[in-house]
Amino acid sequence: MLAMRGIVKSYGAVRANRGIDLDVPAGAIVGLLGENGSGKTTLMNVLYGLVRPDAGSATFRGRPLPLGSPRAALAAGIGMIHQHFMLVPAMSVTENVMLGWRAAGSWLRAAAIAERIVQASRAYGLELDPGAVVGMLPLGLQQRVEILKAVLRGADLLILDEPTSSLSPPEVTALLAVLRRLRDEGRSVIFISHKLGEVLEVCDEVVVLRDGEVAGRRAVAGASREDLARLMVGRDLPPPVERASRAPGAEILVVADLHACDAAGVERLRGVSFSVRAGEIFAIAGVDGNGQAELAEVVGGVAPPTRGSVFVDGAEIVGGVATRLAAGVAHVPADRASVGLVRDMTIADNVVLRDVDRPPFCRRGWLDRDAAREAARRGIEAFDIRAEGVDVPVRTLSGGNQQKVILARELGRGPRVLLAVQPTRGLDPGATRFVIDRVRALRDGGAAILYVSTELEEILGVADRLAVMHAGRLVGVMRPADADLTRLGLMMAGALEEPPDAAALYGVLA
Amino acid sequence: MSVETALVELLAAAVRIATPLFFAALGGILSERAGVFAVGLEGMMLAGAFGGVLAGHLAGSAAAGLAASVAAGVLLALLVAVATVRFGADQMVTGLAVNILAVGLTSFLLRGFAARGEAATLRVPVLAAWPVPGLAEVPVLGVVLFRQPPLTYAAVVFGVLIAVFLARTRAGLTLRAVGENPAAAFAVGVEPARVRLAAVLACGALAGLGGAVLSLQQVGTFTDAMTNGRGYIALAAIIVGRWLPGGTLLGCLLFGAADALQLRVQSLRLPVSSYVIQMTPYVVALVVLAGLGRSARLPAALGTPFRRE
Repeated sequence: MLAMRGIVKSYGAVRANRGIDLDVPAGAIVGLLGENGSGKTTLMNVLYGLVRPDAGSATFRGRPLPLGSPRAALAAGIGMIHQHFMLVPAMSVTENVMLGWRAAGSWLRAAAIAERIVQASRAYGLELDPGAVVGMLPLGLQQRVEILKAVLRGADLLILDEPTSSLSPPEVTALLAVLRRLRDEGRSVIFISHKLGEVLEVCDEVVVLRDGEVAGRRAVAGASREDLARLMVGRDLPPPVERASRAPGAEILVVADLHACDAAGVERLRGVSFSVRAGEIFAIAGVDGNGQAELAEVVGGVAPPTRGSVFVDGAEIVGGVATRLAAGVAHVPADRASVGLVRDMTIADNVVLRDVDRPPFCRRGWLDRDAAREAARRGIEAFDIRAEGVDVPVRTLSGGNQQKVILARELGRGPRVLLAVQPTRGLDPGATRFVIDRVRALRDGGAAILYVSTELEEILGVADRLAVMHAGRLVGVMRPADADLTRLGLMMAGALEEPPDAAALYGVLA
Repeated sequence: MSVETALVELLAAAVRIATPLFFAALGGILSERAGVFAVGLEGMMLAGAFGGVLAGHLAGSAAAGLAASVAAGVLLALLVAVATVRFGADQMVTGLAVNILAVGLTSFLLRGFAARGEAATLRVPVLAAWPVPGLAEVPVLGVVLFRQPPLTYAAVVFGVLIAVFLARTRAGLTLRAVGENPAAAFAVGVEPARVRLAAVLACGALAGLGGAVLSLQQVGTFTDAMTNGRGYIALAAIIVGRWLPGGTLLGCLLFGAADALQLRVQSLRLPVSSYVIQMTPYVVALVVLAGLGRSARLPAALGTPFRRE
């Protein structure tokens, strides 16, 4: 159905695609597997026309496909669901679906289109309210809007870029079912991922990219996890570090009956209490948008609680970010691109951002740039940040290296408490391992760590004690050894609740 | 003169004064909802006022004057569009530059028509009021709304058309999407640059008509810098009206009423400097913006150039 030949694309000195061939048969789900920076997204942006290739060509259904124009790709029957959704947050679901769609009519037939959205969403099991404002929907529902947009336009080839990165296990299952259904209707799907399990579960064949080239192509039927992982990484991954359990340390971070609202005034945190002890990683699992972000913001002092208190080392912390810093709270926020970093400033500037008002980086109101550079140099070395020096803007770094800059800044302070929200989101396995190792090292040094993630496997691997958050409350607390995926999945979906007792909440689980 | 008559006259004057503001603000809505700041409204209005008088004077017809007003506004808008959309120049600075250019250029050209560098006096007949048969006789409302000159009715028609265009047509949806998230529009096959170009040019045409209201409908001649900040007041009206034609109309009427009141207070010969009284509409603009402007939600991509990778 689709044949791409010799795709080359460079961004400055970075060669994202170095002559890639890709074939997609009709009625097949093809997995595009690779680490971050292996060229998957670039290749798909070329196919969809968002990015003009330096060289290469494509044919779709036997006809040459002009590359470099989304209009041509759409007209040919190609739809793309981007990792960062291409939706207009201020508009309704219906308006987003109608945008740029001829069939919506010159005079918009909003009511008719809304009806089609309802029908199609039922047919695919993707419940959606056509009148809802997209920006107010959780990410899982926003993704449904993207899928419906493509399906209603009659796309024969759907490209999904990292579609599961912000979904809960039940949502992932639902998505995979939709993809199978689309395949059974004779459509083709390109499924971009770096998660082996999902690729093996849903795809018919897998193409592995590494460093902008095709590292291998396998039929899923005969492929093994180990084989694919080796192709993807180009080396064998070391086994994860295990650690003997220890007696619980002193209570460092205590959160008592915390309530908070989001910017729209909706209550997102509805009475959360727990403590995190010294040398402990307390991990919070849950689907995006169940209050984890608000919890981290309130504990980190970015947003005020409407009720409840936060204590560090027994002292109540009142006030904004500055008081948290003074108490030794470090914060790795979920949104590194816009909250965690100033992307247009250099690595050195970003590394000292929190401490820029005190020695050694600032003396009598004058900045000491050499001290900042020195600190950044140490960070680059300690955190293995791949960069051409400390004076390059952070935006030129890859996602993994940007995350390492935040870690260098936050962990470099020797914090008592670390709030790590989705610290590995979008990172490849190597970078993920690195980040988790650093968090563990901090824990072993006696810090209390609140770790929020939507990745269950990661939670199970990293947590000393874990909780599931649903609709602004902790609906279960357990040791990783007592957890299984079904139980956690049910809790995350709000189908199971095991109100935790004080022992569980305050960290003396048997 | 009874209080009632005075009030009716005040309201009628408010409608008259609001007309050029509303034309310009409608243009500004199109431009800003497509993501381009309409700072250049003032200059486009001034160009329209000048073009209208010039062509009206030379050709001796109001139609020619109106056409020239539109053309002059579009010409300046083209400058804005090329600089900001094609070359990604800063929208604020470009708009301000166009405003300054318009003042200089119209003054210069006006002097080009007289000997020895004096400003020429170009006279054109003022567009007469068109009482709407029947409705004009209705007490109060008839005087306020239905004994107005033609461009005032036209402004209302344009307001309705643009409101419908934005809310009910695919092109309007596309325009709004480009102002909110051009990348999303691009991903569904829209060329954001073309949409913005068209929106800015339409803005120029409407602002030009706003200028024509001043010179052809109200004054009958052109004087240097005669727009006198009305383009900026129109910008304020857009914010007050939340980028919606209906709300913006209310904003324009508010400023129109403040201005009409100010003119009447001046004639009372109070022991206050007339300059202080003339400030009223601008003070009203500041106060209203400080009160309402805070909760206004800008089109998300306003002021952000779109560049594909």
